[in-house]
Amino acid sequence: MIPLSWYLILAAALFSVGLFGVLARKNAIAILLGVELMLNAVNINLVAFWRYGSLASIAGQVFAIIVFAVAAAEVAVGLGLVISVYRRRNTVVADELDLMKW
Amino acid sequence: MTAIQIIFILSALVILGAAVMVVSTKNLVHAALYLVATLFGVAVLFALLDATFLTVVQVVVYIGAIAILFIFAIMLTRREMRDQGEQLNGGWGAAALIGLLTFGGLFLLLGNWRGFGATAAALPSGFDGVVELGTALVSTDAFVLPFEVASVLLLAALIGAVYVAGTKK
Amino acid sequence: MTFWSDPINFVAQWLRDVFTGWGWSSGLANAITLLLGALVLISFAMVLDIFLVWIERKVVARFQDRLGPNRIGPFGIFQPFADIVKLIIKEDITPAGADKLVYNLAPILSLTSVLLLWAILPLAATIYGTDLNVALLYLVAAGALGTLSIIMAGWSSNNKYALLGAFRMVASMVSYEIPMVVALLIPTIITGSMSVREITLAQGDGGVWFFIVAPLATVIFLISAIAELGRSPFDLNEAESEIVAGFHIEYTGMKFGLFYAGELLHAFTFGGFLAILFFGGYRFFGLENLHPLVGAVIFLVKALIGYWVIMWVKYTVPRIRIDHMLGFNWKFLTPLSLVVLMVTAVLNQVLAGTETWVYALVMFLANVVIGWITLEALRAYSRSQRKAEEPVVSSVAQAAHH
Repeated sequence: MIPLSWYLILAAALFSVGLFGVLARKNAIAILLGVELMLNAVNINLVAFWRYGSLASIAGQVFAIIVFAVAAAEVAVGLGLVISVYRRRNTVVADELDLMKW
Repeated sequence: MTAIQIIFILSALVILGAAVMVVSTKNLVHAALYLVATLFGVAVLFALLDATFLTVVQVVVYIGAIAILFIFAIMLTRREMRDQGEQLNGGWGAAALIGLLTFGGLFLLLGNWRGFGATAAALPSGFDGVVELGTALVSTDAFVLPFEVASVLLLAALIGAVYVAGTKK
Repeated sequence: MTFWSDPINFVAQWLRDVFTGWGWSSGLANAITLLLGALVLISFAMVLDIFLVWIERKVVARFQDRLGPNRIGPFGIFQPFADIVKLIIKEDITPAGADKLVYNLAPILSLTSVLLLWAILPLAATIYGTDLNVALLYLVAAGALGTLSIIMAGWSSNNKYALLGAFRMVASMVSYEIPMVVALLIPTIITGSMSVREITLAQGDGGVWFFIVAPLATVIFLISAIAELGRSPFDLNEAESEIVAGFHIEYTGMKFGLFYAGELLHAFTFGGFLAILFFGGYRFFGLENLHPLVGAVIFLVKALIGYWVIMWVKYTVPRIRIDHMLGFNWKFLTPLSLVVLMVTAVLNQVLAGTETWVYALVMFLANVVIGWITLEALRAYSRSQRKAEEPVVSSVAQAAHH
C-alpha cells in the first residue's frame, strides 16, 4: 500500500523543480515549461487528496479538470505572446525583452 | 514491495528525472520531449490513484495538445537549427536555493499534519468515477458554474491567442 | 468457465496456477500472466499486419485494373515475407546531424501507439484485453501519441521537407481530433457509457446497430478517422509529387517498415472501431453465442470490410490541398458534428422511455433532416459562389469579343 506521504513528497519535489526552472532559465519558452511542471505537481496533489481523503466528494477531480483547462488556456495565450514578440524583436531570451525599461 | 509500489517508484523516478532534465538541458526541443515523459509519468500516477478519466484526459490534453504546442513554438522561434550558449541565467544559484527551501518547507509543513501517513480507503463497490465526475460537472448544486466559467475562459483564450499570434497585414 | 466458453480467462487461470505451483508469489504470478497476455495480443496484431500488407497490395492492384503480386506463393500470398526480408537487408542510414535518440525512437513510438489500441478492442464477448470505462477517450489518447511520434520523426531528420511534412500532418491530425471526439460522443450518449464493451452489448439483444440510429455520426467518424490515419484523400504527408515522402523521407529499411506497418495496422484498427461502434462489433443476429471464436471471426470480417471501405476511399478520391483540408474541418465538419451532437442529446432525453424501434426511427429521421438541411445549405452556398464569379466571367468574355 502506498501511504499518502509518498504522493505529497513527489508533488513537492516536482513543484520545486518547476520553480527552479521558472527562476533560472533564460528562454521564455523554458520558463513556461517550468510553469507546466508546477501545474502538474498541483494536479498530483489534488487527485491524491481526493483519493486518500474525501472519496465521497468528487471536488478533487473537478478541481484538477479546471486546472487542465486553465493550463491549456495559459499555454495557448503565453506561446502566442512569445511568438508575436519573436516576430517583432527576433529574440525569446527573457532578459532581452526590456522594451518598457527606462 | 507490492507491484503497485514498484510501479509508483518507477513512475516517480521517471517524473523527477525527466523534470530535472527539462530544466537543465541546453537543447530546448529535448526539454519539450522530456516534458512529455514527465506528463506521461503523471498520467500513470493518476491511473494508480484510480482517476481513470483524468489519466486519459492528461494524455489527450497535455501530451496531445499542450506539448505539441510547445514543440511548434520552440521550432518557430529558433534562429538556427541548433541551440547555443548557456541556458541558465545569472541567478541560478539563488534559484536552486529557493527550490530547495520550497521543498524543505513543504516537507516540514506537511510532515506535521496528522493525515500525512494515511493509507488509501478501498473504493466503494460500483463506484464509477466517470459517472460521478460527469454528474458533478453539470448538476446545479455541484460544479456547473465553474465548468461554464472554464469554458468561457477557454473561449477568451482562443480568441486572444488567434489575435495575438495572427499575422498583421 | 471451461475452455470453450471463456478461453482467455481459462488459460490465464491455468497459467497462474502453474506459476504459483512453482512457488512464486501470487502478485508476481499475476504480473507475469498479464505480461504474457499482452505479448500474445501484440503477436496476433503483428501477424495480422503481415496479412494486411498482402491485402493492401492486392486491393490497390484491383482498383487500378491490374493483378498485383502473384509470383511468390499462390496469389502472391508470401509477398509480405519478401518485403520484410528486403527491408531488413537494406542499408540503415542515419542522416548527418540527426538527433539519434529521437530519430530512432519515433518509429517505435508510432507502432506502439497503434498496438496500445488493441488492448481495448473486443474480438468477442469474452476475448478482449481489458474493459476500460473511458475506452473511447483512450482511443483519442493513443492517436495523440501517434501525433507526437510524427513530429519527433519530422524534426529529428534534420531535413526541411521532413519538418514541413510533419508540421502539416500534425496540424491536420490535431484539427481532425475534434470531429472525431464529437462523433465518438454520440454512441456514448446513446449507450450511456464510454466503454467499448458496453457499446457493443447495447447494439444487440433488442438493440439496433448504431449506424441506423446515427448515420451522420458514422460518416463523420469515418472521415475524421481517415484524416487521423493520414491516408488519402488527406495524405499531404505522403504526397510523393509534392514533398517527397514527408516526415519519413530520411527513414530507410526496417524503420520505414515500422512506419508503414504501423499505418496499415492503424487503418485496420480504425476499421475495427468503425465495426464495433457503429456496426455491431462481434454481434451478428445471435451467431456469436455459439462460441467466442465465431464472434472473433465475425468481428474480423467486419473489420476487414471497414478496412476495405477505407482503402476504397484512398484509391478513388484525389488528394485534397492542406488549406482545403483544414477549411473543410473547421468550417464544415466541426459545426456539423456539434449540431448532430446537440440534436442527439436532446432527442435522447426526449425519447428516454420509448421502445427501441420508435427511438431508432426518430433518430434516423432526425439525422436525415440534418443531412438534408446541410445539403441545401451547401447548394445555396455554391450557388452564391457561382453568382459571385459570373460578372467577372461575362465581362472577360465581352472584353474578348471587342
